Amino acid sequence: MSEDTAAPRPYTLVAELTYRCPLRCPYCSNPTDWARRDDALATEDWLRIFREAEDLGVVQLNLTGGEPLVRDDLEQLVEGARALDLYTNLITSAIPLTRTRLAGLAARGLNNVQISIQDVSAAASDRIAGLVSFERKLEAARWVKELGLPLTVNTVLHRDNLDRVAEVITLAESLSADRLELANTQYLGWALRNRAQLLPTREQLDRARDIARAARKRLQGRMEVLFVTPDYYAEFPKSCMDGWGRRFLVVSPDGLVLPCHVAHTLPGLTFDSAKTASLGDIWRGSSALNAFRGEAWMPEPCRSCDRRTIDFGGCRCQAFHLTGDAAATDPVCSLSPQHGLIDAAVAAAPGATPRTFEYRAR
Amino acid sequence: MISAGTRPRLAAKARLRWDRKAERWMLLYPERGLVLNPTAADVVQLCTGEHTVDTIVEKLAEKYTTQPREALEQEIVTFLGRLAERGLVSDHGE
Repeated sequence: MSEDTAAPRPYTLVAELTYRCPLRCPYCSNPTDWARRDDALATEDWLRIFREAEDLGVVQLNLTGGEPLVRDDLEQLVEGARALDLYTNLITSAIPLTRTRLAGLAARGLNNVQISIQDVSAAASDRIAGLVSFERKLEAARWVKELGLPLTVNTVLHRDNLDRVAEVITLAESLSADRLELANTQYLGWALRNRAQLLPTREQLDRARDIARAARKRLQGRMEVLFVTPDYYAEFPKSCMDGWGRRFLVVSPDGLVLPCHVAHTLPGLTFDSAKTASLGDIWRGSSALNAFRGEAWMPEPCRSCDRRTIDFGGCRCQAFHLTGDAAATDPVCSLSPQHGLIDAAVAAAPGATPRTFEYRAR
Repeated sequence: MISAGTRPRLAAKARLRWDRKAERWMLLYPERGLVLNPTAADVVQLCTGEHTVDTIVEKLAEKYTTQPREALEQEIVTFLGRLAERGLVSDHGE
C-alpha cells in the first residue's frame, strides 16, 4: 500500500477465521500447536472487529485461516465487509468450495479470490497438500473466472517445485489468473521444522527468479507476477509486514490482535483479545503492538543503519526462532552478527536426506 | 498503449474508495492500493469503457480550467498508462 505518513495506520485486516483446514502442507505458517486452539470468535464478534478495523483506517480485508470456507457464517461476514466498503479477498484452498457457494459469495460483494495451488501436477501438488485436491482446485479457479471474479493464484515455492516455475506461470495463464504470487517459503512454523527438506539451492533460485522476471515483463497488464525472494538468499531482510504494528492488523482464530500471523509464538509479549477490548484501544495501547514499533527497540547494527526505515530490522519472529531473541537483528541480514546461522542452514540444506516431511497435523 | 481513441474501462479487480481517514480517493486492488489525487479520481470515474481518452480530457478540461489543456492531457495519459501497466484499465475497443 503506497503511503507516506509515519503514524501507524492499519490498511489491511487479516482475519484468520479458523485454523481448521483440510490440507496438511508441511510449510503451513499456522502455529504448530494450532490443534489445541479453538475458534473463539462468533459472527457478531467478527462483524464488530470489521467495523472497528474500518474505523481505524482499514480498507483491505483478507479472509483467511486455516480454511475460511469451513465457517458457515462466511456469507454473513462478506456481507458485513461489503457494507463497510472493504475490499474483500478470500484466501482459500478451494477444497470445500462449490460453484453455488462461490456465486453466493460473489453476489454478497466478494472482491477477489485467492486459491493456493501447490504444484503443477496432481501427484506433486497432492503430495504437498497431503490430500487429493489438485483437480478440484483447478475446477474452482475456473468457476472464479466464470463468475466474473478476479483470481489470484498463490504457489508456495520450495526445493521440490522451484524448477517448475515456468510451468506454474503457464498454469496460472491457462486459468486466466489476474495475479500470480510465487511465494518462496518463509521458514517459520511448520516450514522451519521442515527447512532442510524445503530450502532450495541458490542456483535453483537464480534460475526461477530470471524466469519470473521475464514473465512479469511479458504479461504486464494482463497478469501481475509477484516473486517473493526467500530471505535466506537475500542480502537484507524483508520489510516484514511493512513494519511491526504499522500497516497490518491480524486477528487470530482465538481472538488475539497481532502484528503478524506468527507473533503469538514470541515469549514475553502479551497480546490482547479482540473479544474483550476494542480494536482501536488495542491498536493504540497494546504493549505487544508497541514493543517493536519505531526504532527505540533496535539493536546495532539496525539502530544506525540507513535501511532501518526500509526494512524495520526485518522479521521479529524469525529473529526469535533462530537466535532466541526477538529484539535481535533479523539474522537473514548480511550485517547481522548472527548471519552465520543462515549460512549454515544454506550450506546444510542441499545434501539433506531423507526427503520426508513432517506434515501439519489434521 | 494509451492513445486518444482508447476507451479505458476499469478492470473488475479494481475498486474506487473514499478514504475518510485521509480524505482522499484510493484505488484498491488485490493486496494493494493507489492513492489518487482529485484529477486521477475523476479520470477513474470516467473509465467506464464508454468515453475515449479524448473525451475524458475534454470533460476534465471543463472542470480544471486553470490548468493548461496540454499539461492536463499529459497527466491523464501518463496516469492511464500506469493503470494499464498494472492491468487496472483495459481498452474497451471502438
